[in-house]
Amino acid sequence: MSEEKNKNDVLTLADELRWEIGEDFHDSLAESIYSDASKIAAVSVIYDDKKPKFDFDRTIDRIVTSRWLGFPIMFLILSVVFWITIEGSNIPSQFLASILVDTVHPALKSFADSINTPWWLSGILIDGAYLAVAWVIAVMLPPMMIFFPLFSLLEDFGYLPRVAFNMDNLYRRVGAHGKQALTMSMGFGCNAAGVVASRIIDSPRERLIAIITNNFSLCNGRWPTQILIATIFIGSTAPAHLAGIVSAGAVVGIALLGIFFSLVVSWFLSRTVLKGEASTFSLELPPYRPPRILRTLYTSIIDRTIFVLWRAVVFAFPAGIVIWLVANIHFGDTTIAELFINWANPLGFLIGLNGVILLAYIIAIPANEIVIPTILMLTVLVVGISEVGGGNGVMFELDSIEATSAILHAGGWTMLTGVSLMLFSLLHNPCSTTIYTIYKETGSIKWTLVSTFLPIIMGIAVCFTVAQIWKIFI
Amino acid sequence: MSDQACETCPAYRKADLKKLGINMTDFDFVVALAGNPNTGKSTVFNNLTGLRQHTGNWPGKTVSRAEGAFSFNDKKFKIVDLPGTYSLLSTSQDEEIARDFILFGRPDVTVVVVDATRLERNLNLVLQVLEITDKAVLCVNLIDEAERKKIKIDERSLSRELGIPVVLTAARQNRGMPELLNYIFEVSSGQFKCKPHRISNETRELKSAVEKLTSKISEQFPHLPNARWVALRLLDGDQRIIDSIRSGELNTLFKPEVNEDLLMESK
Repeated sequence: MSEEKNKNDVLTLADELRWEIGEDFHDSLAESIYSDASKIAAVSVIYDDKKPKFDFDRTIDRIVTSRWLGFPIMFLILSVVFWITIEGSNIPSQFLASILVDTVHPALKSFADSINTPWWLSGILIDGAYLAVAWVIAVMLPPMMIFFPLFSLLEDFGYLPRVAFNMDNLYRRVGAHGKQALTMSMGFGCNAAGVVASRIIDSPRERLIAIITNNFSLCNGRWPTQILIATIFIGSTAPAHLAGIVSAGAVVGIALLGIFFSLVVSWFLSRTVLKGEASTFSLELPPYRPPRILRTLYTSIIDRTIFVLWRAVVFAFPAGIVIWLVANIHFGDTTIAELFINWANPLGFLIGLNGVILLAYIIAIPANEIVIPTILMLTVLVVGISEVGGGNGVMFELDSIEATSAILHAGGWTMLTGVSLMLFSLLHNPCSTTIYTIYKETGSIKWTLVSTFLPIIMGIAVCFTVAQIWKIFI
Repeated sequence: MSDQACETCPAYRKADLKKLGINMTDFDFVVALAGNPNTGKSTVFNNLTGLRQHTGNWPGKTVSRAEGAFSFNDKKFKIVDLPGTYSLLSTSQDEEIARDFILFGRPDVTVVVVDATRLERNLNLVLQVLEITDKAVLCVNLIDEAERKKIKIDERSLSRELGIPVVLTAARQNRGMPELLNYIFEVSSGQFKCKPHRISNETRELKSAVEKLTSKISEQFPHLPNARWVALRLLDGDQRIIDSIRSGELNTLFKPEVNEDLLMESK
């Protein structure tokens, strides 16, 4: 009882005193902290009177955040990063494929035959699971090994906050928090991380907008997909010496489109269900720091490349099994895969895609990373190009980007399919990890569902529109 | 090259540092790592624990808390990397995580990491931390950048004004880390007694109101180590603190007997 009384005594006294001291207590408290801080700093910080003639940070900032040059420089830097990635990953990709697919796979098969493994078991394990994993490594490892360190170097140098600085005004204008520019940039690494980073936004309304729209930032899992599709479909239409630049431009275009959609959706949300004023904040630009190259290489390879690759491999293993099964279980004369693809083709064509892509997205729901390998494997299966595969459901040998492109063209793929696939890869549901993170952060099933389905609906709408317009004009 | 001369130097003892990563069983002391965003807290954290918590030149990199451990002078330390914040007054989630840990987590020492090139602005947070806790060490990080900008920091007068140990560091280059370790050890083991600076220049009415409430609080809750800070927060109408008094959370947390129990449980 006495404890109860104590509490109330203290709280009552606090209430009384709060009336006495008046409203400006908070400000005067803050002021006294400031004045103490400046007094202490005055006696312990000594500035050199001679200002250095050249301030490195200021000079760079004046250029990269300038009104006219800020955005063009941003596009240029992004394009160069992708161009290096695309040009650089072709050769190691071929090398990995020739080892993992051309050499190890037949060796495993003949070993399995020599110990009399049943055909279905060696099919599931070697033609399904192993090939899916080998494929993921061959396709994804080289671009990641190049892209992630480059991106980490930019981050370490201090460029990303400048991107946020250039963008924050745009976000404020659409009624979102300026800091959303920061969480969006985080999303370029990983959407789940971007969603968690939204905690830096104080207002719940603006935080929710930032969480819902984070998926429009292309993430680690989707960069390689975009780079690959751009190389195969967009780059191959250009003259060879320009192919790399054209593909890089296409990827930058998709990334910018993502930013555009995040602005539009933020605008829509803040005008309708999440109405309110934008709050103000100050963004501190950190000093540029010389990146520690070796350290950055190490962490970007360990934290990002291996992390993303491992995740992809973990999901590719069961997906490979599923692919082999749907390609080998028959209903009458046709396999499950063919049944679904034939059924889904009309729907797919309507939005510029095809049944194969829709099936691949269903198989790859747990992880965006394995969509492309799944699509390629299923395409071979449907087209039935016997010389490139070892039979039904076996992933073909990817010797080069040209070979891949030839196979996809044989499968009825056009440039529209490529463009639509890039758009759909930007605009579809977040991966399972991100969906779970959104649920943990918002604690709301409703907003989790909105964040999940809003992008899919947008993706279908955008792809449909593009496909219809394309068919009219081309 | 004799080791003799080095033995007296704190840097020598760096050899005693064992980086324990995330092995955090049976620690003796808890260290909290606070500071403004982008001052290099995570770099200090990684340096002490040998972990590779992702760092970035990026304010707001750490939004939740990361934990790790290290051992020094045969004592095991658990270290908690708090989100970077500009103050402990307002209500965003990252600030609340940082404040709640310093207040309710009762660390044995709070290391405040500040940016040497922006000391004055960073001191606001330091002063707020010193209102909550007595046991703190100031780590003036990024001293290499300050040198580049021709800014000199007088750590002795800073230490005298703040009443806590001050060490100049460049965590990226491992500069000053042995001294920091030493101070962490001395403050958390009670060898170094801090006399923290308290915010002073209030108006007379304010001062008397704060004193009245502070003495009331210390009378009713004799175990509370930071009655004055609680008084300030109550006068400011801080709902989290009002709730924690109403629910009894604040009181039970600082009762000595209960603490023993908690300690037993955690072991």
